[in-house]
Amino acid sequence: MKHNIWFVLPVALFATYASADESYVRLKEGPGKDKVLANCVVCHSADYVQMNSPFLDRKGWEGEVTKMVKVFGASIREEDVPQIVEYLTKYYAN
Amino acid sequence: MPSRREFLKKSAGSVLLAGSSSLAATFSQAAIPGLPAELSEGARESAVLEALPGKFPLIKKSYRPPNYETPVEYFAEPITPNKAFFVRYHLASIPEVDAAQWRLKVGGESSATPFELSLEELKKSFEPVELTALCLCSGNRRGMFQPHVAGVEWGLGAMGNALWKGARLKDLLAKSGIKKEAVEVTFNGADAAVVAKTPDFVKSIPVAKALDENTLIAYEMNGAPIPHWNGFPARVIVPGWTGTYWMKHVTDIDAVSTPFQGFWMKSAYRIPKGKFPIVDRFISQETDANTPITEMVVASLITSPASGQQVRRGQTLEVVGLAWDAGYGINGVEVSVDGGETWRSAKLGKDHGRFSFRQWNLKMVPETKGTMSVLAKATNRIGATQTFELIHNPAGYHHNVVQRVDIDVV
Repeated sequence: MKHNIWFVLPVALFATYASADESYVRLKEGPGKDKVLANCVVCHSADYVQMNSPFLDRKGWEGEVTKMVKVFGASIREEDVPQIVEYLTKYYAN
Repeated sequence: MPSRREFLKKSAGSVLLAGSSSLAATFSQAAIPGLPAELSEGARESAVLEALPGKFPLIKKSYRPPNYETPVEYFAEPITPNKAFFVRYHLASIPEVDAAQWRLKVGGESSATPFELSLEELKKSFEPVELTALCLCSGNRRGMFQPHVAGVEWGLGAMGNALWKGARLKDLLAKSGIKKEAVEVTFNGADAAVVAKTPDFVKSIPVAKALDENTLIAYEMNGAPIPHWNGFPARVIVPGWTGTYWMKHVTDIDAVSTPFQGFWMKSAYRIPKGKFPIVDRFISQETDANTPITEMVVASLITSPASGQQVRRGQTLEVVGLAWDAGYGINGVEVSVDGGETWRSAKLGKDHGRFSFRQWNLKMVPETKGTMSVLAKATNRIGATQTFELIHNPAGYHHNVVQRVDIDVV
């Protein structure tokens, strides 16, 4: 039992450490966020959006969403696409 | 404040405590020091130091599929520790392969005697070969592209150098009776997409590359089984070529008589033709406009000093780093400490083989106070060197711009 101390110590020193997963990703609040969470995160975590910002413009985000549907086969309802693009453009474009 | 190095070591300790069976990861929300300034704001802010099970805390780029980058500190040594080795997946359904159940199928339309084998058979039936080789993501430093391009916004650490042990692919292909008609050899791995319509990650290489004696099916990495996140129980090693061909959790190897048409060959991982000084081509996959990425371009990394570091005037400063290329071998590394005005030759470290990182160092004494700009530029044995201007391309590959580290002489 003695050397348990050595394993406990780092955790005690770094209390910010905790169990983490993609649920810690927080996208900005706004209209369309629900559509992003309902569709995009089926295949990948939402941090892909954060990571790719803010340097795409509306056309760039349109291209990304189109690629997800046409190339990667994401089953996003056609009527949801404009709302997703609108959200990404408003909160994650340059 | 603990140093970053101590910080990483201690973080590693907390992973041991968490145990490796849990899929929960260990992380810190503290800002990560030393990320390249060229990264987009979103790429910097969404990065956290986090440990996947069995790994040290690495720089999280995306949770799912998992993409984690090696912090520069781990490149202080030319061999990258398994626990620090970067993680890169395209598709998010990643099974934990049971070594006892795993089978590798070797066949395809252009093989006369297809067969399958277990891990034990792979180890025992073929001569084991050891080779040190760098696995470098095609998109390493993509996040530093100006203008930015979409994708996984990698900084400096989507790469790792390891001693691999495995069987020669050519020995497996010989056993499968590969026919003269074979043009390419394809690889598939156990990972899969979440939705059925997503193209499965399948890659091919030219048959000549498949028959190269250095192309391996590895089952050991730095003397240990390959970590789950790096392709357990076996992965393809294609020395000199970018990581996209190094199929993890490989399950299928097929010799084919026509160019493989899958998305990950035909559309992804392509570079414009004629823009890069590439020797090793992939002719069966070329189009008029573009070609699959093949061999790595020559590049280097300054591992010390770190950007913004304070050093003393009049005291010896050791500039240290790594250099690599596609396996022609590093001929030399030149270092400038005056922003590129004058250059001097660094001393090359131990040679671990032509596919390995080559360490280098240069000792000098800063004479004047103020900002000192340190640059490093590697050249290989066929005269290829690094660029000062980015060769921009739509998918963000082959970033080998000469790195600049500004330090403070006090």
